[in-house]
Amino acid sequence: MIPELGHVALIIAFMLASGLAVLPMWGSARRDVAMMNLAPTLAVGVMLFVALAFAFLATSFLQDDFTVAVVAANSNSLLPPIFKFSALWGNHEGSLLLWVLILSGWMTAVAFFSRGLPLVMVARVLSVMGMIAVGFLAFSLLTSNPFERLLPTTPLDGNDLNPLLQDPGLIIHPPLLYMGYVGLSVPFAFAIAALIGGRLDASWARWSRPWTNVAWGFLSLGIMLGSWWAYYELGWGGWWFWDPVENASFMPWLMGTALVHSLAVTEKRGVFRSWTVLLAIFAFSLSLLGTFLVRSGVLTSVHAFASDPERGLFILIFLALVVGASLLLYALRAPAVASRVSYGPVSRESLLMINNLVFTVAATVVLLGTLFPLVMDAFSLGKYSVGPPYFNAVFVPLMALVTPFMTVAPLSRWREDSAARWLHELVVPAIGVGVIAAASSFMGQQGFNIWIGLAVLLAGWVSLGVVKDFLRRVKGKGQGPFRWRALSPSFIGMSLAHLGFAAVVLGAVVVTQENQERDLRMAVGDSEELGGYRFELKRLGQLAGPNYVAEQAVFEVSRAGELLAVLVPEKRRYLASGQVMTEAAIDASLWRDLYIALGEPIGEGAWAVRLQYKPLVRWLWLGALMIGLGAIVTVFDRRYRAQAQTRSMIEHGVVGLAS
Amino acid sequence: MRVSRFLPLLAFSMLAALLYKGLSIDPTELPAARLGQPFPEFIKIDLKSGREITTDAMMRRPALVNVWATWCYSCRLEHPYLLRLAQQGVPIYGLNYKDDPDKALGWLEQLGDPYQLNIVDIEGSLGLDLGVYGAPETYVIGADGRILHRHVGVLDETVFSRDFSRWFPNKASVSGGAIDEGSG
Repeated sequence: MIPELGHVALIIAFMLASGLAVLPMWGSARRDVAMMNLAPTLAVGVMLFVALAFAFLATSFLQDDFTVAVVAANSNSLLPPIFKFSALWGNHEGSLLLWVLILSGWMTAVAFFSRGLPLVMVARVLSVMGMIAVGFLAFSLLTSNPFERLLPTTPLDGNDLNPLLQDPGLIIHPPLLYMGYVGLSVPFAFAIAALIGGRLDASWARWSRPWTNVAWGFLSLGIMLGSWWAYYELGWGGWWFWDPVENASFMPWLMGTALVHSLAVTEKRGVFRSWTVLLAIFAFSLSLLGTFLVRSGVLTSVHAFASDPERGLFILIFLALVVGASLLLYALRAPAVASRVSYGPVSRESLLMINNLVFTVAATVVLLGTLFPLVMDAFSLGKYSVGPPYFNAVFVPLMALVTPFMTVAPLSRWREDSAARWLHELVVPAIGVGVIAAASSFMGQQGFNIWIGLAVLLAGWVSLGVVKDFLRRVKGKGQGPFRWRALSPSFIGMSLAHLGFAAVVLGAVVVTQENQERDLRMAVGDSEELGGYRFELKRLGQLAGPNYVAEQAVFEVSRAGELLAVLVPEKRRYLASGQVMTEAAIDASLWRDLYIALGEPIGEGAWAVRLQYKPLVRWLWLGALMIGLGAIVTVFDRRYRAQAQTRSMIEHGVVGLAS
Repeated sequence: MRVSRFLPLLAFSMLAALLYKGLSIDPTELPAARLGQPFPEFIKIDLKSGREITTDAMMRRPALVNVWATWCYSCRLEHPYLLRLAQQGVPIYGLNYKDDPDKALGWLEQLGDPYQLNIVDIEGSLGLDLGVYGAPETYVIGADGRILHRHVGVLDETVFSRDFSRWFPNKASVSGGAIDEGSG
């Protein structure tokens, strides 16, 4: 009964979404206020019924209802309840429902927080999002019904959730990632609404900016969690693999990075308008493309969901309709007249343009690398795989190229600036950073390393810009804590994100260059030195978990005779699937991780063991966390909630509607 | 209205056409031309012994050729199953694809070595001749050295008993038993 109720709820959500896709848009064309007013109500309605469907599916998972196909395929009665719940999105059908739930959540948020906006704008934005919801609800109902029953051949127990996914990181990774992915539909909808209305101006940029920042922030957090999960759960110590599915989330992030910065220029200066619209379309298109790549089976990846061509064709048609129509609209309606606002070749506008170019190029090269095997295959030129060497070779120089400008841009002036002024302001601290960088290239345990020096130079240079900017802003603002009030959330968020970027650069380079690892055979009583630490295998043991049995090895880690940590890596065998998993044991700290993973037992009580010393690896995720939180902090800026201003905009909007 | 405004639409149309073509191709499918053909000729180095080996080294009985690399993390998931197959007497040859031999040796030391020998293919030239799509990939070659089957992606019990067991009949029952034990 419960699955059928869920199915009905999903169908009702589909009908409400269809109403949302058509009525307010039609109303905006006919200037029918009543019809436009339906938009927020319908958006909330879609959300409620999708949430209901979601709750029913979750109930089926928690009650071990193995008559439901996805429950039987992805859950098991022995699974701990929290994983029964998260198993809901560990598969294609359920994760699609989560996708739609989050989309309807964003629609509701737009309906709720956009009361100050012109009605016609709200109606169009929600209607565009309604169209996207219609597509995905139809996708779910027609090709991927999560409520399908397995009758009469009901299995006694379920297949179990893939042990890789039985992990706390995987409970929150997909929801966060989807928050970002799907959240990019909001700036997209604003861009389309603005194109339809023909009003691409500073106020449009100001409305869509907070949404973009939040979505992009969530995307950053989602990607960070995925990387962190891969690091500790795959038992290998790697943190980025350039896997097609990782790329699928990384491309919208790169395009989103360009968009976040381009929107700033459009809001402040009214330039780059067409470009910003295009970026908003691209960023969401890449989200949809990612969905296509992950679910259609055109590329092989471990992450990819079980797929079939019918589903692939559905998303492709949907993708073609959404992106094709958007780009056609862009071609017809984008402002044809170049903006009258001008800016000099040396100005903040130019610097942000460099950011835009670099990140767009970066997204493009990742796209090319991801699709290259498909292109070669399509033209029967053979089957290829593009590995990390390609991505590293093109991506790392691009990031190194953009970093120097990150210091100057926040300090620079709009419209017209002079390189001489930058030189004057930055030359002394730059020399300081250079000296520190040169010194730090000798600091590694393995002697001189130029890459460490360069990474410190770039990261230090970015931090220098943030510090400079901070000092400039608090200068002359009185004494004591009151000075802090001079700092706007926008500034704090931007600084946090830029510092986070510096931390990621530093962490990535240092851990790549200075990582030490050793594969060896160890029996009880053996010990080994690595990175200045002593690892001793004290004893072996066994353990029975809720749905697995494990072999454990107890290691004592000491430095200079002082015991630092006891680490217990495991080798688990999951009962339902028989899959064997490596649970690495990690002693984490800000400056280094010590990482122990068990290999195979190799006789006479000995195990193959991998020890790793990973300096600064935490900085990667700490940095990404700062980037994500920084982006989210910016929405608390006062200018996004100035009531008086929005009032006047409402009138403006009504005027715009009538004209 | 300017023509350049249509460029994004044009670029996207080409992309969409490509993706449509991509749907009709199965990336895991062996180009039909290579099925039944002899395994490509090669002269390479064996990973562990450092000796020179040629195509002849892999003849005489049906065997698996497993394409792997340390940079491929699905290979890591696949590895325990390969060890099990090797224990059951299925001959497996490794093709260490575009990898660092030192890392590859460390991997075998740590995780165990299911391979009879390992062809070191640093530049991926043999992989190119073979039409390797990515790692992991597993080929079945017959006693006469002809390619009989290709599987792209992780090899596990389900895949083995479905697609591979006809060439390794007595081994299949052992691995089939393992499945029952696992799910029962």
